[in-house]
Formats: sequence, C-alpha cells, structure tokens
Amino acid sequence: MDGCVAPIMPAVAAPAIIRERGQREVFCGLTGIVWLHRRIQDAFFLVVGSRTCAHLIQSAAGVMIFAEPRFATAIIEERDLAGRADLDDELDRVVGQLLARRPEIKLLFLVGSCPSEVIKFDLSRAAARLDSRANGAVRILAYSGSGIETTFTEGEDACLTALVPSLVASDQAQLVVVGALADAVEDQFQRLFAAIGLDRVAFLPARRASAMPPIGRGTKFILAQPFLAATARALQERGAERIDAPFPLGIEGSTLWFEAAAAAFGIAPAIVAHAIAGPAKRGRDAVAKIAAELAGKSVFFFPDSQLEIPLARFLARECGMHLTEVGTPFLHRDLMARELSLLPPATQLAEGQDVERQLDRCEAARPDLVVCGLGLANPLEAMGLATKWSIELVFTPTQGFEQAADLANLFARPLARRARVKV
Amino acid sequence: MQLTLWTYEGPPHVGAMRIATAMRGVHYVLHAPQGDTYADLLFTMIERRDRRPPVTYTTFQARDLGADTATLFKNAVREAYDRFRPEAMIVGASCTAELIQDDPGGLAESLGLPIPVIALELPAYQRKENWGAAETLYRLVRAATLGAKPQRGAFSVNILGPTALGFRHRDDLAEITALIRALGISINVIAPWNARFADLQRLPLAHANIVLYPEIAGTAAAYLARTFGQKTISTVPIGLNATREFIAELTTLADVACPDDIEADQRSSWYTRSVDSTYLTGKRAFIFGDASHAIALARVAAEEMGFTVVGLGTYSREFGRELREAAAQYGVTPLISDDYLEIEAAIGAAVPEIVLGTQMERHIAKRLGIPCAVISAPMHVQDFPARRAPVMGFEGSNVLFDTLTHPLMMGLEEHLIGMFREDFEFHADAAPSHLGGDVAVRPETLVSGWDQAAEAELKKIPFFVRGKARRNTESFAAEHGVSLITIETLYDAKAHFAR
Ligand code: SF4
Repeated sequence: MDGCVAPIMPAVAAPAIIRERGQREVFCGLTGIVWLHRRIQDAFFLVVGSRTCAHLIQSAAGVMIFAEPRFATAIIEERDLAGRADLDDELDRVVGQLLARRPEIKLLFLVGSCPSEVIKFDLSRAAARLDSRANGAVRILAYSGSGIETTFTEGEDACLTALVPSLVASDQAQLVVVGALADAVEDQFQRLFAAIGLDRVAFLPARRASAMPPIGRGTKFILAQPFLAATARALQERGAERIDAPFPLGIEGSTLWFEAAAAAFGIAPAIVAHAIAGPAKRGRDAVAKIAAELAGKSVFFFPDSQLEIPLARFLARECGMHLTEVGTPFLHRDLMARELSLLPPATQLAEGQDVERQLDRCEAARPDLVVCGLGLANPLEAMGLATKWSIELVFTPTQGFEQAADLANLFARPLARRARVKV
Repeated sequence: MQLTLWTYEGPPHVGAMRIATAMRGVHYVLHAPQGDTYADLLFTMIERRDRRPPVTYTTFQARDLGADTATLFKNAVREAYDRFRPEAMIVGASCTAELIQDDPGGLAESLGLPIPVIALELPAYQRKENWGAAETLYRLVRAATLGAKPQRGAFSVNILGPTALGFRHRDDLAEITALIRALGISINVIAPWNARFADLQRLPLAHANIVLYPEIAGTAAAYLARTFGQKTISTVPIGLNATREFIAELTTLADVACPDDIEADQRSSWYTRSVDSTYLTGKRAFIFGDASHAIALARVAAEEMGFTVVGLGTYSREFGRELREAAAQYGVTPLISDDYLEIEAAIGAAVPEIVLGTQMERHIAKRLGIPCAVISAPMHVQDFPARRAPVMGFEGSNVLFDTLTHPLMMGLEEHLIGMFREDFEFHADAAPSHLGGDVAVRPETLVSGWDQAAEAELKKIPFFVRGKARRNTESFAAEHGVSLITIETLYDAKAHFAR
C-alpha cells in the first residue's frame, strides 16, 4: 500500500461477500468513450473492431447523436481477416482519412476491441508508428476497451493508463485529481481547493490534450472515481503518491476526500472545515430533504460501474437506506478500504456476477429500489420493482457538495414517480 | 476496414435476437463477450419490452481464451435449457466467438438435448442485422418443416416477417390481420411474431405466404415456395395503392370477392384531394431507409401526396436491384450506402423540403433545418408509439398522410411567412407554429443582476435546464433580497429548489 497517507481503518464487521463467475450483464470498456470524448474536447476515439462494437457505442450513447461525433469505428471486414488486406495498411488509410477530415483533433486514441485482441492486432505498436509519423501534429495512443478484458468503467481506467506515459515529467509539488469529472464539478473543486490553500491543482484527464498535467515525484494524486486501479498504479510508477480517501460522493464522502487531500499537504483540518462549511451545510440541508423519502427503504445494486460501494455508503449513511445487496464487478480492496470501513456492518457484497442467480436473489428480496443496467431495468419494473439505471450515475455530475442532493434525487425520483402515478 | 460513424444495422446476431425475441418458447445461446449484452437494451429500452430477450450470453473473458471456452459454451447451453425449458434452441457465435471457432452447433448437439437445436452461421464480418434475421428465420423454418408432406384444406395464408424491434411491426400486423379476416381469408400461421416452433411446423399447410417484410422473410418464403410449392405474395401493402394491389392479388389467389366496405375507414385519398392539400404539391422529398420502406414511401410520396421525389436510397445492399429500379422511375440517382456522411452529403445536395428516413436522417435533417419524418428502422424509443400507428393497410395510409404532412408548414402559414419575411416571429427560419415555433427571438432577460462568474457558471448547466435554473435563481434572489447574483446565490438557490 505505498502512497497511502491516511491510515486504513480496520473494518468493524467484515462485509460478507458472494463471489460469482457466471454470465455477466454489463457493458464493455468501449462504453467509456461516450463520456470521455465529451471530456477531452480535442480527442478522437477510433475503435478498431466489429460492427457489434460500433453498434454498442451508438446504443449506449442513446439519444446523444452528435452531428459528427468524435468517435468512430474502423470496422474489420472479411478481407482483413482473410489476409487479403494488410491490417496495418488498412489502419493507416483509415487514420489518414480521419485526420484529413478532422484536422482539429490533437489526441487520437486507437481503442482495441475483442476482435482486435483475438486476432492479436497490436494497436500499441500501430499507435507508436502512426504517432512518430504524425510528427507532433497529433498524439496517437492506444488502449483496450475490449469486453474480454474490460468491464464498463474500466475503459476509462485503460484510457487514462495509456495517457500516463505521455505526461511530461516534473517534480514540482502539486495535487492531481484523477478521473473524468463534469466541467462544473471540476470548477467547484478547483474553487474549494483554492479556498483551502491548494493552488497547484490539476485534473487528469484535462479538458484539452495540451493541458494534461505533468507528473513526477512531487505529485500527490487523489482518485475522484473508484474504478481507476491501473491508472493509480501507472501514476505511482512515475513517482506520484496516492492519497487514500473515500470517494467524493455525498457530503461525508466529499468532506473526507477534501480533508485527505489537504492533510497530504499538511493543511490543518480546521482550514478545510472553514473552507467547505458553506457548501457542506447547504448540501447537507438539501440532501436531508430528499433523504426523508429514502430513509428506511431497501436498495439492491447489480454490478456495473464500480461506483456501487461508495454509492451504497452514501445511501446507507446519509439517506438512511437499507442495503440488501451491493454488487460490484470488481472489488479493489486497497482502493476501497476506506469505503468498506464506512459501510454498515455485515453488508452483503457481491463481486462478479451470475446474472440469472442474482436476478433470483433480487426477486426474492423484493427491494424497494434496484440499481441496474439498462437491459434489466424494464423487465424488473414489469415485475413490480422500482429501478434506477446505473449508467445515469456515471453520466450525471454527482460528485461534491453541490451535487449531493442531485445524487440523492436520482434514487428518490423512481420512488416518487411510483408514489405519484396512479395507473 | 471501413470507417464508420453510425451504423444503420447491427451485427447479424442482433437479427437473430429479433427473431428469437419475437417468438415464444425459443431460446438463443450466443457465444459472446460481456459487452455484447448491450443488445438487450435495444429490446427493453428502445422497444420498451417488459421481458429480457430470451438470450443467454456466455460472456467469456480473456482468461477463458487460453483455457476452455468450449466447455463454457456447453455449460451455458445446459444451464439455459434447465432454467428456461425452451421448446427449441438456436445457438451461434458473435463476431468475437466467430474468430475463436468453437463450433457452437457441434457443441450444442453433443449435449443431446431433447429439443430441436438449430445452429446458426452468421458471418459477422460480411453480413448485417437484417440478413441475420432472414437467415435465422429461414433456418428455423427449414428445421421445422424438413420432410413435411402437407395435406392442404381450404385456402389459407401465412404471414411472414414481423419481428421484435421492427418499424411498426406490431401495428402493421394488427392492421393486415384484420384486413385479411375482413376478406374472409383464413390465416394459417403468423411468424415469427408470437409463433412457437410447433407453429412453424404447420407452415406448409397454407397455400400462400404473405411476405410483409422482404428483408426478413424473403429467404424463408423462397424456401417454402421451392419446397412446398406455396405461392408468394410480395406486394408490400404500404400506401393506398399498394394496399389495393395487395388485396387484388390476395382475392384473386383465394378466389374471393372483396367486400364493398373494405375501404370504409380509409380517409387518406380524400385528405389528399381536399383543397388545403394543394400546398403539398411538388414538395421535394428525400427518402432513405430499408429498401422496402424506402421504395414504398417513394411511391406514396409521389402518387399519394403529390411530392417530387428528389432522392431515394437504402442501406439494404441486398435489395440494391429493387431500389435502382424504383429510383429510375423517379429519375433520381439511387443511393445505396450505409455511410452516414455520404447520405448526409446527398441530402444536403438534393435540397429537399422534407426528409423521410430513419433516426439517422432525423439527425441529419435537424442539422440541416429540414422537416423530417421517420419511416424506417433504425429508430428510437419515440418511434414505438403507445397508440396503434401502422404504416400498412388503409389505416396505414391514413397514418402516412398525417406523418408526411405533420412536419410541414400548413398551407396558410407558409403564405404568411412568404408575405412577411422579416417579421420577427414569422421568419423563414421559424419552426412550424404547431411544432412550438418558439425559435423566434425573445427579448433579453430583464434581470441584470448576475455577476460574471455566476453567469459563466450558469452556462455550464445543460442548456435544457438552464432556463429553469436561471428563473429559479432569480426568483430566489428576489425573495431573499439579493441584488447581485453570485455563484454562491446560484448554489443557494439550487439547494433551495433541490427536489
Ligand atoms: S464486448 Fe467486445 S466485441 Fe462486444 S462490443 Fe465490446 S469490444 Fe466489441
């Protein structure tokens, strides 16, 4: 556990864990492109894959059809597989076509998929070749968002991990906040850090390719998202130090998160308390109004984004909800240690998935609210269960004090709707 | 390798899912990685189905590749059988599993399940969704009817083609079923919609097959014609004239008379002839969709609306010949492509006044500021309306009249805009008034009490709630006697109104 600043609290009563390795009902890492391409505004994501991959992204993006999006798929065809076309030549041609069309692109990600992995198409090598040929006009990197290797939010982890080696080296002291955040959240955090007295604060990923932070031994970083295990390791390998903290969801999570960041730079808790007092109080009051509707209700999480544990912690501790089962696709114990210690004793966790069995459990438990993926939501609603789509929890600005009530509201709305609608 | 921004069709296994989901008692075991489970949401979210598609995905991972994906597949088949007890099963590979060559068919067969197990070979790197649906239906029909020796009784027909996730399939089917019954003709089997495998076994008993959706049912109908000497009715009854021809074809074959009141509820011909439809004359229409819908809509546009067809295209390459013939009829260059950018360019170049297309063209049209109606898959959730809205049969022709006129300006409104071009509400860029024409210029907000940072912060709020956020903040500020709105006020108001 190198890089930990705050001590790990021992769990009071270790949560019980169901481990499953059955059939999964989750997106693959390609899905991350849907928000990453909005975040990094001069980046383009080119998936090298099949029609399935193209269809997945456009289906996950749903109504978000942009005139000309900053993502696309180079669809592998029969002649590529049969060896009638040289894969490298084909990719060069497609990339050339793309860059000619979009000269404003400064950062191009070649994104690997299951088909490109299975045929062992080395995209890292291809990216290196294309990058050196581009002569600095555009940076070209590669990562895998394939479903055989990455689950949903792990796509962002893979993307940021790929970004790390390209970051400039610098040993200057700074705080880096890691994980894609909504612009408004980033600005709020920036202001609060300034009020705390931290001026050198950078964000990874930045909004533009040219604004990515330098990294080195002076860097202390804090994760804003829980699914960034590989990114954290890559940053540590470059000499940066991880600040251990719960995640900034809810008032409590946000408070502990800011406190941990400040403590890492030797700033006294009183200064933090003073800086966050206004927003924290405002947020707490706003959450309280909504928590009244959630208190005493039970919630069941299907594994999806790895946000499940921090969300469950927020719902249990700040909204008074009862946790029936908290599923997560993976449990990174070190990153999650603080979160786990905050969960109510003996919370039922589930790592991995066997979707049919989990549905059986969910049906038997009949929770008041189920947090699940889009494929499962309507079938569960039809069974009389209220649901919240987990993907919305990834797309919506939910971090920090000002968003805590919005976060609570995402869970309250399905229940409020049921209470209101008479059909 | 093909650079693709948006795809009109999914991979072929999604076509197979559309068949399995439409049917009853059929389960599909798909050898595929976890991400491919996204396809469930097409059915549960876009089509709003209340059940999961009957599909089991093996969701193999990288670590399984070195080990034993074949055993994983066999276990998935066995468990799916035990859990769902289907009457028939289809098995196959997605794009990734096709590369690892596990032979799903052979593996499933080796389990000796007591039900028919049909293996699908859907080449994912060559074919697409509609082809996959057609092939799956054909394979199921063939498996169900192999060696059948039908004894035919009174004249009856099968209706082939309606699937899950089809453009208005549910409503078309209801309309056409009622129409056929009104003609006194009996329906033997409808497939795949709500059909069981045992129903497919009865297919050869009918005298003719109605191919409602050639992209999906063409292959199966050709097989049935070849094998059992059944007739094929391939007129797609979209539009008034096509519906009349469809009836003529059917009544001749069945040797029945058409009842006099068959068109009792048909209003589209009168609406077209009524005086205020004059303004529809010569409207330039660009039509794009699957081949059957595009070709049918071109005819409706030209013959039944009096539009001028200025563009006609399809993404269904398998039906290129039919589309080329139709395009020649209207004197336009056929556009056979699934390249979104090429289609966008063609629409821009044709300068249409209305676009009839898929959800992709809706976006193109929106960007170009051209009215648009969706007339073909792929479509979005709003194109699965709660009400019955067929595009086939006589009610379908009524629906199409509405669908094709609603996005346009009404006759008089158009004239007024012509008269008062510079009017601030009635200008050329205004949307039709019945579509909420409030793109007109509004006076700037009267409240000036926003400091710069707060104003900038407000801009970060998504545009569709920004107006509400501004109003709330201002009323909050007024209530609390705040004269200058700062970021703090903005968030105080946000917290105040949280709910
Ligand atoms: S799971 Fe694999 S094949 Fe499927 S969409 Fe994701 S990357 Fe593509």
